[in-house]
Amino acid sequence: MNRFANSWASAALCLAVGIALMFVLPGVMDDYTLIEVTIYAVMAILSVSLAFIWGFGGILCFGQAAFFGLGSYTYAIAVVNMGDSTVPFLLAIVVPALFAMLLGYVIFYGRLSDVYMGVITLTVTLILFNLINSTAGPEWRIGTAPLGGFNGIPAIPTLNWPGQQDEVLTAKDLFYVTFTCLLVVYAGLRVLIASKIGRVIVAAKENEQRVLLLGYDARAYKLFCFTVGGAIAGLAGCLFANWGAFTSPTIFGLAQSAQIIIWVIVGGLGTLIGPVVGAVAIQWLTSQIGTQQVFNSNLVLGGILVVFVLLVPKGIVPSLGQLFEAGWRRIRRPAPAAKPTATASATAVSVEAPRVMTPAEQTS
Amino acid sequence: MDLALIVLIQVLYAVASLVIISAGLAVIFGMMKVINLAHGEFMMLGAYAVIAALKVGANLWFAIFIIAPIAVGIVGVVLERLIIRRLYGRMVDTMLATWGLSLLLVGIVTSVAGNTTAGVSAPLGSFSIGAYSVSGYTLVIIAVAVVLAVAIRWVLTRTQFGLIARGTMQKPDMANALGISPSRVYSVTFAVGAALSGLAGALLAPLTGVVPTMGAAFVAKAFITVIGGGPAILAGLLGASTLFGTINQLATFVTTPVLGEVALLLAAIVMLRLLPQGITGRFFKGSL
Repeated sequence: MNRFANSWASAALCLAVGIALMFVLPGVMDDYTLIEVTIYAVMAILSVSLAFIWGFGGILCFGQAAFFGLGSYTYAIAVVNMGDSTVPFLLAIVVPALFAMLLGYVIFYGRLSDVYMGVITLTVTLILFNLINSTAGPEWRIGTAPLGGFNGIPAIPTLNWPGQQDEVLTAKDLFYVTFTCLLVVYAGLRVLIASKIGRVIVAAKENEQRVLLLGYDARAYKLFCFTVGGAIAGLAGCLFANWGAFTSPTIFGLAQSAQIIIWVIVGGLGTLIGPVVGAVAIQWLTSQIGTQQVFNSNLVLGGILVVFVLLVPKGIVPSLGQLFEAGWRRIRRPAPAAKPTATASATAVSVEAPRVMTPAEQTS
Repeated sequence: MDLALIVLIQVLYAVASLVIISAGLAVIFGMMKVINLAHGEFMMLGAYAVIAALKVGANLWFAIFIIAPIAVGIVGVVLERLIIRRLYGRMVDTMLATWGLSLLLVGIVTSVAGNTTAGVSAPLGSFSIGAYSVSGYTLVIIAVAVVLAVAIRWVLTRTQFGLIARGTMQKPDMANALGISPSRVYSVTFAVGAALSGLAGALLAPLTGVVPTMGAAFVAKAFITVIGGGPAILAGLLGASTLFGTINQLATFVTTPVLGEVALLLAAIVMLRLLPQGITGRFFKGSL
């Protein structure tokens, strides 16, 4: 499974499917559905940000929603003040990245372990939620932008073409922008993971001690990984603020953080495409739950999380990949041929270097 | 003078409520190294147990001190058997599974009881110190926290179960070799922890509104108090509660309740950076 998942062929396949979707969907869908698809793409970007830092950096962040929220608030506040959306768009990426860097410095350079990491990220998210939630009233404003407390910020000016403030993006344009962002993030992360830096990051997840002994400062690599994750989540937050022209403190909430983790677990930890699938599937499911009254979404999401942790800890995509490969092997090699199997397993071992760990192994 | 007394009572109350809401989590984490993120929902179940008991005409005190802990303890046993047991030793997976569990419990209770706030009025009225009035229930909370701390210490040091539990916590395989079943000890410990959480929820029910999502407000506070306390269960719990409770209440007094909460959380982060092993990782080593 890992042979294919780590090959360039899989990246090319995913990108090709993505590009095809990007050009086909606007042709076959009406604007309303297209707007729905846009939010799926935004959530997919957010999901990928956690997939990268958790699946490849081994950093379980309970507060990915903090960077998401920070991105959306940064964009909202900056664009209300500035008018033109070019600089706010960039700020919405840079500010969460800097925040992640600061937080990561405290965590990684303090050599705090998994559990403490969880506590701190969770706590920071709650602090932001509490703070933003309490900013109701006209005295709380940054520049000309009122923070709005629990009501959030309504009527955020949406993205315009760089430099031309009056040329605001249409719903279709926003779809293209969001989808392009998703594809660029995906491709960029695949390149990063395959690069030397990416290999050190994965190695530090597998065995930090050994990486240190080989002369790499694992803390710096983890910090870099965490910062990139924060930047991507910020980008997703910015797009989210654009999607509904609205942002509110609930996106800092625990429910949001839990949801991101569920996407990644369901889709498949240690892959990038899995969490995209997970995000789309769960988002779709949540919107379906909203249409009926029997089950509420907490019940279903909680059930899914428990079931996946207990029964499908690898997630959908890797499990399907395994099934698929087992079936493929049976078709191709009905009789156990000694020689080809030996060479195949030998190449498998050598290519498998960035091996994906199951959650069970990670904790050991 | 009156003001000083009031501030003192408020600080004691903040410390006591931290002790109460963290005790269940501390027992489960300290003994079993399981982070139970469904802790807040166990508290919520305790609060609902009180409401249900009051509906059928039970006495309030009986509901708080007897019915709620027993009901939630039973829920704890069932969940330990079904879910937690399969994940021992896998800390991150336990956190994720219990987080799922917390969403599940919120969902179930919302379906059953509806997403509305149910209230229990605080008993005992209030009395006045100078120009200020203090709720009598505040003093009950402080007293319960003291009794709880003494009781935990007594059980752990003076009873056979405490001895067995501490032994199992230190070396499960050795306890097993001596004829004790660690899984049964874990099961009982988890039930005790759950019962303590239920008691906490029941005690706080008259002070906060009872809603299905009330647990979220407590779980993070309980979580950082336990982690901040470090390896020793009781000393850590008391130490961290005192530190965070005092900071919270003083900051609340000077500014607003929200900023008080923020000050508590910030203090926890700074403290974890300075003392990554928690308070009892550095001080009071080897205590309980």
